[in-house]
Amino acid sequence: MVAVPPVRHLLKAKDLADARYVEPITVDDMARAAGLSRAHFSRQFRRAFGESPHQYLLTRRLERAAAMLRSTDRSVADICMLVGLESVGSFTSSFTRTFGESPTAYRRRYPDPMVYARVPTCVLRAYSRPQRSTFGEDAAPTAGLAS
Amino acid sequence: MIKLSTTQLWVHDQDAALEFWTRKIGFEVREDVTVPEMGNFRWLTVGPVGQPDIAVVLMAIPGPPMIDAGTQGEIANLMGKGFAGTLFLTTEDCQASYQELSSRGVEFTEKPEERPYGIDCGFRDPSGNSVRLTQVREMAAL
Repeated sequence: MVAVPPVRHLLKAKDLADARYVEPITVDDMARAAGLSRAHFSRQFRRAFGESPHQYLLTRRLERAAAMLRSTDRSVADICMLVGLESVGSFTSSFTRTFGESPTAYRRRYPDPMVYARVPTCVLRAYSRPQRSTFGEDAAPTAGLAS
Repeated sequence: MIKLSTTQLWVHDQDAALEFWTRKIGFEVREDVTVPEMGNFRWLTVGPVGQPDIAVVLMAIPGPPMIDAGTQGEIANLMGKGFAGTLFLTTEDCQASYQELSSRGVEFTEKPEERPYGIDCGFRDPSGNSVRLTQVREMAAL
């Protein structure tokens, strides 16, 4: 039996972050998944993946949060919970540090998703049809039909 | 006509890989040949039942003289970090496959989720290789 490379255990921690970031998991849970003490784990993780486990878990959550800000009308507090973070205050400040603007300002730059969500798809499609008359049918004489 | 026949996965332990790919995933053994005069090199391939012309080599990471010790370590490291490549599998029913494989102890990194291209989930083999399992959506002809 050949032993797995030691980094394989760190990958278990990374996988845990990927699979369960929506839950309020912490770096302690990641360290446990890797079977290492917290301090040792953080050092080893950074050496293997180039960033701290805290940073990895947080940026994973922030990416999801940003997507939800763009594509849903959920409140900032809701989105914070939905990505596994419990404090709206620290969510807002880490979001701002990462994206250079607050969640609310970030969302304002995108069209309100509700504009589209409420409109039935058949209507959206009908009204989004490009308006362009190319064949000159409008100008065609209708005399034959009228008579 | 050029066709795909065999692809390769680095594994840390061929016995563990064989056990995983046959017992847990349900692949069949295609070839298992050990060559004593080549330092007991073992050519081990598995493949999906019903696709006899496609196989995956479960390749142990060789050391010197084939690969120098430093490079051998780098490959093992990349594999263990999950960056040595991905295998993309398909299924007719992603949810059912997920249930079945989970019950056999396969560790999923992602549960089945709806994607534009179908329903998709992901797991790893014991060595760290990433595997996607997708129920491909029928796409309208372009």
